[in-house]
Amino acid sequence: MRALRNFLDNIEPSFHKGGKLQKWYPLYEAVDTIFYRPPSVTKTTAHVRDGIDLKRIMITVWLCTFPAMFFGMYNVGLQANTIMADMGMAQVEGLRGTLISLLGGGYDASSLWDNFIHGAAYFLPIYFVVFVVGGFWEVLFATIRGHEVNEGFFVTSVLFALICPPDLPLWQAALGISFGVVIGKEVFGGTGKNFLNPALTGRAFLFFAYPASLSGDGVWTAVDGYSGATALSIGYQEGMSALQNQISWFDAFFGTIHGSIGETSTLAILIGGAVLLIMGIASWRIVLGVFLGMVATATLFNVIGSETNQMFAMPWYWHLVIGGFAFGMIFMATDPVSAAMTDTGKLWFGALIGFMVIIIRVINPAFPEGMMLAILFANLFAPLIDHSVVQANIKRRLARG
Amino acid sequence: MEYYLSLFIRTVFVENMALAFFLGMCTFLAVSKKISAAFGLGVAVVVVQVITVPVNNLLVTYVLADGALSWAGLPDVDLSFLGLITYIGVIAALVQILEMVLDKYVPVLYNALGVFLPLITVNCAILGSSLFMVERDYNFAESVVFGAGSGVGWALAITALAGIREKMKYSDVPEGLRGLGITFIIVGLMSLGFMSFGGIDL
Repeated sequence: MRALRNFLDNIEPSFHKGGKLQKWYPLYEAVDTIFYRPPSVTKTTAHVRDGIDLKRIMITVWLCTFPAMFFGMYNVGLQANTIMADMGMAQVEGLRGTLISLLGGGYDASSLWDNFIHGAAYFLPIYFVVFVVGGFWEVLFATIRGHEVNEGFFVTSVLFALICPPDLPLWQAALGISFGVVIGKEVFGGTGKNFLNPALTGRAFLFFAYPASLSGDGVWTAVDGYSGATALSIGYQEGMSALQNQISWFDAFFGTIHGSIGETSTLAILIGGAVLLIMGIASWRIVLGVFLGMVATATLFNVIGSETNQMFAMPWYWHLVIGGFAFGMIFMATDPVSAAMTDTGKLWFGALIGFMVIIIRVINPAFPEGMMLAILFANLFAPLIDHSVVQANIKRRLARG
Repeated sequence: MEYYLSLFIRTVFVENMALAFFLGMCTFLAVSKKISAAFGLGVAVVVVQVITVPVNNLLVTYVLADGALSWAGLPDVDLSFLGLITYIGVIAALVQILEMVLDKYVPVLYNALGVFLPLITVNCAILGSSLFMVERDYNFAESVVFGAGSGVGWALAITALAGIREKMKYSDVPEGLRGLGITFIIVGLMSLGFMSFGGIDL
């Protein structure tokens, strides 16, 4: 470790003002603070002694996506291998096939390793492209505008990759993350200054620009030409009893169903989510708000009932485990930048998401899934919610005298 | 009742004047720097809409439309070519009255809105609603609901935009995009968020 510190100290001067590499200072700073805490200390009286800064928080969030990520890879492989066995396909062609054989994977759906490798061959290229392209924009803006390269990008990139369908064309992944990072974040000045969740902005852009690659029944498995509906679309088209015949609640909870890469397993997401909640990184108020809003709205629709629309009958515990609800609730809604900031506001912000997601899922026939759009919609109103909470506080205190 | 409720919801969210049709953009962009002013303008627009759309509806039904003058014994007269000028006249008159009322009773809001209050006259969201009302053949009750809905939708959008722009004082926008440029981008992203309603058929 000493050698690394010495090396970093040695090259530091050339990145400072007047040094020949001064343009690249943000890159140097990023690498330096990955390994070491910054040495700078406060000079005035106010002083907080804590090693947890924005970078550590972001890295923790990134690590907390790992259960969902690894399970997602396993599940993509499991689904693909099962379907390939049914369809009598022996192997995958092209880049991904090569990757699988390089990693020593096979196509046996009962083998944990084969499934994992097969899924990795789909997830890793997407993640790689997202990371490189997004990182390019991040570093470009950081160097030209002179701000830090922030670990917030680790989070944005992994979240974006995890909410893609497994066989998303790689150029679309690159386009989506470019839009998310540049328009969703960097034009506002970088991490902490945006008002929409960048990963979701990119995903929503792709969703509306290339609906064929991000919605419908054909995209949720890694096998070409196979059409497998997500749980939500089964529920929408055929109703609850058909859904329960095809998959059990525990399938959906453990995540062995079709869907975007990281969103299927509620269990894996909750493991990561528990860490975030215990450490206080994700706000429990937002999570609680989303959950209660969803339960209340779903129950309301259960009570109202409908002859024609099958989704009215879906109970809240099903809404919880299918689609992107759990993933959005834990990782997206709690994004501290784009969510409401005040304590009361967080509850309302969460409740708005929970309400909107059920509204979109149940009564909007155009989109079977609503989590992405519900969160974006609530992001728009987060500043307004904060504003009214603050105004209400001012009023109460004035009245108190 | 249910029909009117769904018409209201549809005009507020699905067919939002500002974020789905991009009408009334000039005031939408200009008066959205402060939440209080934006909210005040929003309320003013709601008031104007609730009055002008039904009034114009009555004018269309009983004066302007083809054969509308049959109650006066003139079944062959078609005055619909006077439509545009009549609607804008009604709007202008109403805005004048509203301006005087505000000046007298709510001078703070009157000063905050400044020149944009008279400019409501030429706010395309307002004329747009009257034209939509004619095009979609709304009856009187529907036009009241539609006027209220389109006004509330516009007010909601401009208040949300003002909230975001107030939050934006913490951001660090590249020089060339400051001011209107970034506001255009914000409005575009907002309408992406409002797409969540697109496709709802009530």
